[in-house]
Amino acid sequence: MPPKSILTPEKPAEMPALKRAKEPAPASRVEATRAASADRRASSFLRAMAAVLWKDLAAELRSREMISAMLVFALLVILIFNFALELDAQARANVTAGVLWVTFAFAGTLGLNRSMAIEKDRGCLDGLLLAPVDRSAIYFGKALGNLVFMLTVAAIVLPVYSLLYNINTLLPGLIGVVLLGSIGYVAVGTLLASMAVQARTRDILLPILLFPVAVPVVVAAVKASSGFLQAADMADIWPWINLLIAYDVIFVAVAYMVFDYVVEE
Amino acid sequence: MQAKPRWLSILDGVTAVIFAAAVAMVFFYAPEEAVMGMVQKVFYFHVSAGWVGMLGFLVAMIAGIIYLRTGDHKWDIAGLAAVEIGMVFALINIVSGSIWARPIWNTWWTWDPRLTTATIMELIYAAYLMLRAGIEDPDRRARFGAVYAIIGFISVPLTFLSIRIFRTIHPVVIGGEDPSAKGAFDMTPKMLQTFMFSLLAFSFVFADLFWHRVRLGQLADKVEQLRLKLIQ
Repeated sequence: MPPKSILTPEKPAEMPALKRAKEPAPASRVEATRAASADRRASSFLRAMAAVLWKDLAAELRSREMISAMLVFALLVILIFNFALELDAQARANVTAGVLWVTFAFAGTLGLNRSMAIEKDRGCLDGLLLAPVDRSAIYFGKALGNLVFMLTVAAIVLPVYSLLYNINTLLPGLIGVVLLGSIGYVAVGTLLASMAVQARTRDILLPILLFPVAVPVVVAAVKASSGFLQAADMADIWPWINLLIAYDVIFVAVAYMVFDYVVEE
Repeated sequence: MQAKPRWLSILDGVTAVIFAAAVAMVFFYAPEEAVMGMVQKVFYFHVSAGWVGMLGFLVAMIAGIIYLRTGDHKWDIAGLAAVEIGMVFALINIVSGSIWARPIWNTWWTWDPRLTTATIMELIYAAYLMLRAGIEDPDRRARFGAVYAIIGFISVPLTFLSIRIFRTIHPVVIGGEDPSAKGAFDMTPKMLQTFMFSLLAFSFVFADLFWHRVRLGQLADKVEQLRLKLIQ
């Protein structure tokens, strides 16, 4: 079993407080140092984020626990829908978008729960938090990892669905909607999952916290997907895509602002 | 045990008088609506309860933001108090709306944007209470509660917008004229006065209940501290 956390930041981040304590420098040099330190901070942020992402991907590549569970679960959900909704040719045209998004949402919850639970279980989260990096870098790293897992599941489910039900789901527009919807779902899901794992009722809490808040993203994604699948007019699809983009922007920004308070000890 | 503040007793009395006056106005002052008849009178308290529900959730978000910035425990008590009151009044809003909808829309319930949004809002704050119930550490409970109150309140307008893009049949009495809305009517001056007075009465009820609930939270805190002291 490989170690779950292989994060070792090559270089500790700059300590801005120490730098500021130095004697004042001439204006031009202050400008230059400030620009340089902002540069360094940005690159250290990106490095930390990439390290967290890489750790998640490497752990997953070696164990393949999460992806396989999400994938089997997703296929089971589609199978159950097949019997529950009697997916004959007529019904399929109307409900495909709904079936796909319910599948993604359920499988996504599974992945989100697991991705934070492995951090909590063996104290990896504490290790991550001890690293001298910006906390939001950890959030974005985790969120990107979850996004990769969710998109991987979508990348397999979409062609399989096409094959099973003889509906072409590999449309560029639909793939764009899957991307936008997953970003919004994962942005708020990663934040709520990091809260849920710290609660006593953690396994059952995440869906209860996430689903009501994620309603706008699911509604908009289902409507936009259905529009693309039924080759609707672009003028009818744009409002939903705009809503998806607005949701993504708002919730990534809010999660960025409040993540510090969620992991604070 | 701290004594009940005198201003709170005064507020109790004022609220009771104003509320009784609002009830009297609804039944005896406001004229009966020509088409819908008696059932239209639900409208005054229905909208007022909805207003108090939204106000409660707004206060919870603001208290959450202030708590995260200051870490002062009293804002956590305020946030919880606002959510609890908001949930009760949002439920009154939904139930009274159902009573009105039965004769007017000929159904208790329909998946209209406002109705759906109101339901999802209730679910969000039910999740808020469950989140709090699942955490023992008071600091963490307060922080998570604040974060979720902020996220929940931001998502409500988006939910409304997302379902609003469908057609709506809910009447828009104040501002906006939607021909597809069913059960809309124009307010006479007396109706408008009654409506405004109901809003005022419910705002007083909110303030009064909020004060009581915050005071209850502070007392509960004190009891908890005393209990811990006894155990040690």
